[in-house]
Amino acid sequence: MMKNRSLISINDYSKEEILHILKLAEEFEANPRQKILSNYVIATLFFEPSTRTRLSFESAINQLGGRVIGFSDSSNSSVSKGETLRDTIETVSLYSDLIVMRHPLEGSARFASELNGTPVINAGDGANQHPTQCLLDLYSIQKTQGTLDNLDIAFVGDLKYGRTVHSLVIAMTMFKNTRFHLVSPMELKLPRSIKDFIISAGLHYHQYEDINDVIGKADILYMTRIQRERFADQLEYERVKNAYILENSMLENSKNNIKVLHPFPRVNEINQNVDSNPKAYYFQQAQNGVFVRQALLASILGLK
Amino acid sequence: MENKKTELKVSAIENGTVIDHIPQGHVLQVMRILNLENFNDQIYFGANLDSKKFGKKGIIKVSNRFFEDTEINKIAMVAPTATLIEIRNYEVVKKTGVSIPDEVVGLIKCFNPKCITNHEHVTTRFTVVDKTDIKVKCHHCEKITKKQHIEFIS
Repeated sequence: MMKNRSLISINDYSKEEILHILKLAEEFEANPRQKILSNYVIATLFFEPSTRTRLSFESAINQLGGRVIGFSDSSNSSVSKGETLRDTIETVSLYSDLIVMRHPLEGSARFASELNGTPVINAGDGANQHPTQCLLDLYSIQKTQGTLDNLDIAFVGDLKYGRTVHSLVIAMTMFKNTRFHLVSPMELKLPRSIKDFIISAGLHYHQYEDINDVIGKADILYMTRIQRERFADQLEYERVKNAYILENSMLENSKNNIKVLHPFPRVNEINQNVDSNPKAYYFQQAQNGVFVRQALLASILGLK
Repeated sequence: MENKKTELKVSAIENGTVIDHIPQGHVLQVMRILNLENFNDQIYFGANLDSKKFGKKGIIKVSNRFFEDTEINKIAMVAPTATLIEIRNYEVVKKTGVSIPDEVVGLIKCFNPKCITNHEHVTTRFTVVDKTDIKVKCHHCEKITKKQHIEFIS
């Protein structure tokens, strides 16, 4: 049902389509090395840097026997000579069956997907969308909690600019009785437009400034990085930055089923002493990205 | 009384269009987006005229000029209450209210400086998400542009 359809925004998929991808991802997790892409060439065009997204896509493709072409830095391509995105996409689509792209400009992936019919997977367009991250977050939640319904999800840190938070909040409004716990400094609260999504879905959110207020309630603790450059007042940044650092001891009174997620990269918002706690799930979360991306590739290429 | 005056003004052009019921403060903006500043035939315009319906209004009368749908859509974006009155041989032949379309293609710029449409040659496309306060959502970057930030592509 998703054959030849680009994935640009999480809103492009219905709940049923999302659940279909998650189901397929389970299949790939059980058997990630099916050689179903042996006749396919996939382009990965990364106009700006990435570690997990690019490498997990390339790992997903390689494990399925496909070939990868592309670049991981636009300075290695004709973009550095001033080539337009249109020309790059028009050309690369002649060399490949599907294009995975990350680009600093918002809307670039939508534009690319409408040029000539080669399907495009958006691997991040500026601050706009990063739908494959959202799908792997959903997969991680479902896998660890056994369901996507009736969950208490706490989002911590930069809720204003974090695109992964926005997409995941929107996606979770599709599921029954999600309770949103939003923990952020005043400056970085979730935007009104995203809160409206929660309300219009008939769901509820609560806002906090202290992370300790939510740890006891949460099934999922979704941590994000607070970036210095988001603050007009640097003194304010210095004041709040340490309040959003998760230490292992803070998880003592958390629920048994809680899992800590983070889209990564992290800087210091999760102390490394949390890493060995079984409640830390961020590395498995990154691994889940491979299975979810395999499911997407197979689905869009019409192989599953 | 006020209506009568308006009628007199309307009948003052032989052929052309009267754009009536422009919200107060938007006459010059309508002139600008329709590129009437560079129009060579007669134009009359009035601002802050009394209106029973709106309190105050603006009006523009343009001789020998009729507007196409794309231009009418432009008017709707800044003057949603406007009425277009087509005059032929001093007679009113047609009165139409403008209506805000569901989608606006190739007319306005995206407010987001990081949107691809402001960097490459791309036809802009917006969904009108609020017809009362006029808010449009960019098809490409998904950001909302509010009425006060709408800029037309010249």
